[in-house]
Amino acid sequence: MSDTTQLLRFITAGSVDDGKSTLIGRLLHDSKSIFEDQFSAIARTSEKRGMAAVDLSLLTDGLQAEREQGITIDVAYRYFATPKRKFIIGDTPGHEQYTRNMVTAASTANLVVILIDARRGVLVQTRRHTYLASLVGIPHIVLAVNKMDMVDYSEARFDEICTEYLAFAAQLGLHNVTCVPLSALVGDMLVDRGENLNWYQGPTLMELLENVEIDHDVNTTDFRFPVQWVCRPQTEEYHDFRGFMGRIEAGEVSVGDEITVMPSGRTSHVKQIVTLDGELQTAFAPQSVAITLTDEIDISRGDMFVKADYLPTVTREFDAMLCWLSETPLDKQRKYLVKHTTRTAKCLFSSIDYRVDVNTLEQHANPTVNMNDIAHVRLKVQQPLVVDAYKRNRASGSFIVIDEATNNTVAAGMIA
Amino acid sequence: MSNRIFTHLDSLESESIHIMREVAAECKNPALLFSGGKDSIVMLRLAEKAFRPAKFPFPLVHIDTEHNFPEVIATRDKLAADLGERLIVRSLEDSIRRGTIVIKNPDLPRNPYQSVTLLETIAEFDFDACMGGARRDEEKARAKERIFSFRDEFGQWDPKNQRPELWDIYNTRVHPGENIRVFPISNWTELDIWQYIGREKLHIPSIYYAHEREVIRRGNSVIPVSDLVQPKPGEKVEVLSVRFRTVGDVTCTAPVESTASNVEEIIAETATTRITERGATRMDDQTSDASMELRKKEGYF
Repeated sequence: MSDTTQLLRFITAGSVDDGKSTLIGRLLHDSKSIFEDQFSAIARTSEKRGMAAVDLSLLTDGLQAEREQGITIDVAYRYFATPKRKFIIGDTPGHEQYTRNMVTAASTANLVVILIDARRGVLVQTRRHTYLASLVGIPHIVLAVNKMDMVDYSEARFDEICTEYLAFAAQLGLHNVTCVPLSALVGDMLVDRGENLNWYQGPTLMELLENVEIDHDVNTTDFRFPVQWVCRPQTEEYHDFRGFMGRIEAGEVSVGDEITVMPSGRTSHVKQIVTLDGELQTAFAPQSVAITLTDEIDISRGDMFVKADYLPTVTREFDAMLCWLSETPLDKQRKYLVKHTTRTAKCLFSSIDYRVDVNTLEQHANPTVNMNDIAHVRLKVQQPLVVDAYKRNRASGSFIVIDEATNNTVAAGMIA
Repeated sequence: MSNRIFTHLDSLESESIHIMREVAAECKNPALLFSGGKDSIVMLRLAEKAFRPAKFPFPLVHIDTEHNFPEVIATRDKLAADLGERLIVRSLEDSIRRGTIVIKNPDLPRNPYQSVTLLETIAEFDFDACMGGARRDEEKARAKERIFSFRDEFGQWDPKNQRPELWDIYNTRVHPGENIRVFPISNWTELDIWQYIGREKLHIPSIYYAHEREVIRRGNSVIPVSDLVQPKPGEKVEVLSVRFRTVGDVTCTAPVESTASNVEEIIAETATTRITERGATRMDDQTSDASMELRKKEGYF
């Protein structure tokens, strides 16, 4: 790795039968990211289970409960690096009831690898995974048509699947899809090209992961700086220092820029951008910095610095798509807490408009909202939030819902 | 944007700073666990990045097994003093005196007992959040743990009942008596840690670099000779060039054979090593495939 190595977060979506764990195991193995002690542990287990070859899928089986049941029950994070990039894989189970896990892992991902079994083609679950990827706004989609070895490496079969899939993706407004044929079992077109898919001229899966352009995955134009923490050292040296600390979630800011403090709407200018490594002239997303201003304005955690060229909406009522995560269904009569950027406020659901069937994409009116359901709702919030549409800005368009009685996170929301 | 390169270390650093500031802002009485090991030294630098020019809005806490490497304790005390931050040390010996830890064999590793003293310290100071330097790449059970990991009033972790964690909006809420463990460097790997130590020129205990040491071979491991570990009859003391990849209880932390005597050489070794950090160095994690999961459920980090 060099000083220019970037970080890419991606997830894999597919069922156990699609060879998802084998694919991850293969990526780790062929990029030499598997350690000998890990390898000998899974080799022993494979032998115990009477398998002829080492089962690479065992690498991603984390918890004792999973090893006993032979399934993955939660999101696990894996790490590997090549000379070009460091990768974080969010390994999500493909089982029917685990929409919430995929949404969770997808929320931070730059890219999703959607796996298809070449024999079975585009299935209901493929559509579901693609819909969820579009809902959560994953910037890049790779369709990995796996098990090409089981269809005689047929180019015609690959083309047929891609055509069907791309038509479906276009319906959802997705145009950022790349299709790759591969065999995770044999290792073709993952890290090495292999000998069997010579008709395919495009990049291998690893080449895609290493080269996909991610600089614009965050919004680079609309400056958004939610204040996390106000720094007042109150020492002799820093007697008058008031630094507003936080992470730039979108856009950039320079010393001298005029900023607007939301929701109050008062304006000031950036005096300094302070870091431990010295003052900066310009800072950009996603840097964590401290900003001082030229004027003394009353500012606290939960406020947001923005620039006047594209203002967010200040509102106490908004529409959102909701993914319900809790075993206890949504209760319209109850108040919940919403946490949005650095602000937490009481909220209630003024309407539940419809639920989306993630398999058929049909809308059902007046639903109850249970775990794993996706619903269109309207929220009323006790104090104003500073929001953007999720499609324009992931950071200022997302929120979580917390049940005050249990303190559990019960829903993830994306502002319409 | 295209001319600005935000490297993977920049991304990881910014994420960790963001997490620490969320803890400071939302938790009533947090603490930062600091042992003087390399990961916690990285945590200390990240805390400086998050809160300077002010003091840290939390104390440093060390749960001391008293099975220590002297260099590590010296580094712990020096760094805390240099930064002018408050360091609280609570020892397993206190719990042993109280009778809450009963040690059957004084020569055995003390890591399993750390949970007891940690939970007692959390109760003593009423901490509602403890930040630790654990990483997801260390171990299978850790790979599934949240950044904000909720613990019940017995300090226990329930892997099947974790709060979903979306985007980087963290749910920090707990009821009285419960607490949260927070892992700001969850997404860092051993290699990232070494690259960051190099980039930030961090001072770490000398035993992380190759040095000559008296060791004995037991099974597949090389064990350092110390006051607590003496050769048994028939065991031969050898002098080897070794370094430590992790530093814990002196009786169960094994060094690896190495001649890497500076950060660059260690980065080169780490990038090409074929054995995991814990696999190479922690005998207590090798007792079963699920040892770490079991210890975590009992309140261990």
